[in-house]
Amino acid sequence: MREIASIPTAALFGQLVLGLVNGCFYAMLSLGLSIIFGMLNIINFAHGAMYMMGAVFTWIALDQFGLGYWWALLLVPLVIGLVGIIIERTLLRPLYKLDNLYGLLLTFGLALVIEGLFRYRYGVSGLPYSIPETFQGALNLGFMYLPKYRGWVVVASLFVCISTWLVIERTPLGAYLRAGTENPALVQAFGINVPAMVTITYGVGVGLAGLAGVLAAPATQISPLMGSNVIIVVFAVVVIGGMSSILGSIVTGLGLGLIEGMTKVFYSQASDTVVFFIMAVVLLVRPAGLFGKER
Amino acid sequence: MKPRWIGEGALLVLGLVAPFFVYPIFLMKALCLALFACAFNLLLGYTGLLSFGHAAFLGAAGYATAYAVKVMGVGPGLGILAGTLAAVALGFIFGNLVIRRQGIYFAMITLALAQLMYFLFLEAKFTGGEDGIQGIPRGRLLWVINLQDDLQMYYVVLAIFMFGFLLIRRTIHSPFGQVLKAIRENESRAVSLGYDVNKYKTLAFILSAGLAGLAGSTKAIVFSFVTLTDADWHTSGEVVLMTLLGGMGTVFGPIAGAFSIVTLQNQLADKVGSFVTVIMGAIFIVCVLLFRRGIVGELSALYDRVLGVRGGLPS
Repeated sequence: MREIASIPTAALFGQLVLGLVNGCFYAMLSLGLSIIFGMLNIINFAHGAMYMMGAVFTWIALDQFGLGYWWALLLVPLVIGLVGIIIERTLLRPLYKLDNLYGLLLTFGLALVIEGLFRYRYGVSGLPYSIPETFQGALNLGFMYLPKYRGWVVVASLFVCISTWLVIERTPLGAYLRAGTENPALVQAFGINVPAMVTITYGVGVGLAGLAGVLAAPATQISPLMGSNVIIVVFAVVVIGGMSSILGSIVTGLGLGLIEGMTKVFYSQASDTVVFFIMAVVLLVRPAGLFGKER
Repeated sequence: MKPRWIGEGALLVLGLVAPFFVYPIFLMKALCLALFACAFNLLLGYTGLLSFGHAAFLGAAGYATAYAVKVMGVGPGLGILAGTLAAVALGFIFGNLVIRRQGIYFAMITLALAQLMYFLFLEAKFTGGEDGIQGIPRGRLLWVINLQDDLQMYYVVLAIFMFGFLLIRRTIHSPFGQVLKAIRENESRAVSLGYDVNKYKTLAFILSAGLAGLAGSTKAIVFSFVTLTDADWHTSGEVVLMTLLGGMGTVFGPIAGAFSIVTLQNQLADKVGSFVTVIMGAIFIVCVLLFRRGIVGELSALYDRVLGVRGGLPS
């Protein structure tokens, strides 16, 4: 068996793929977080809870309604998006004229409520969800075996991230969004319904988190606590990348997932902390973040 | 006695007689968390900085005290000092990192740094991992005060609390505190007036961290154990809630908030179990939407309206 630095290559690549899968989730979550922050000026602490809800709803869809993975992939993000729209209309709207601390505090409370309710109902032990039939087994790539589902997660997430980026950078809708981020009052004066845009932005942002949750359901343990564990890492990802660049948050998310995977191979004790250490170093060397502009 | 000392005097008298009516262990827990919340309020309420990682200081100080007292065998007084100094050192490091980014990033960075500490405590040998450090001897303070006795322990905790509280109060009313408030109100103006804003913020952060550490060290001695819960992000969230509920930017608010939350948790823990998180979250939402001034802030506003005076309660 071939080895790199006394680590079998198959194990190394296996961990790298796993890291890339995690990186995909980080990328999708930080992408949604950045879009929401750009438009609403709110850090959505409930983002992790939405991701968790995506995964748990996927499980519920199968368990209660007999709807399989593909239905979940279609419906769950829509449901989460709808939940987001209701939240924006009822809870977040009164906060826009206040300091943006309050948005963070409210969504933190919301995260506690959602996490608490699901924990109360489903406990903390993981809910089982098997990999859909299409993606069972592994592909032989010559140098390693790639579990098909992991390959699918990477392809699907990259597709979603790049489409989102294209929509924002290349379409009229995206142009409105970028303009609204820069100067909402002026965009409103041009006759564009900014409040509706804000609502949709929040819906789409949390819908992306829900989609990440569906993709995560067969790949990880579905548990009501999965969201809060991820959201803190995603905050660090966002600090490292800076929130002003969409592509920046995608690249940072993927890169940090890979680094986390590598750390698991070479020095597993540090795998939980490596992202936070990188954040500290970035703050020292490039305080605005890798892709950030000082505001 | 000047009228502005009425509140402080009442607090002291209340503190002195309370253990004859209420279970001292409960009071000690509430006082430790009240000091924690007051320290946090110095940052959020008076400097406008939302730290979402203050549990790191509570936990680090607790572990340092536990290690010094249990393993190295120093007395409780020195142990508390060691814990507080550990929190100051950690506050110095965090403060210098977090100051490099503006605005809402402050909250995210403190949260991430605190999570880093959490995982370090989980992995490190000396913290006992998931079990924490158990059986820290309370011992004797200055050879005479027997801390094994709950009542004597209580008065020591009260003294520590009053020390921390008065120090914060003194800071707020000092020229230094005035600059902090200026930064909270309008940072760019404070800069243009020639103040080195980052230096003031870092100092406030270190002071707040140290006092949070003092609370954590005292808590470790009172309960004779330290666990990961103290360093958990839920604890960071709780101190935010205490301050918000009590009234941020008020001197007495965090105390009212801490006592309310600890009472609520004590009452609810047996009845609803893990549902208590949901209730905490709901209080958060209600506070942000309808009750932003908090208990003390609302009372003070009511007092103004009823008496028709400006200036309100002595603050």
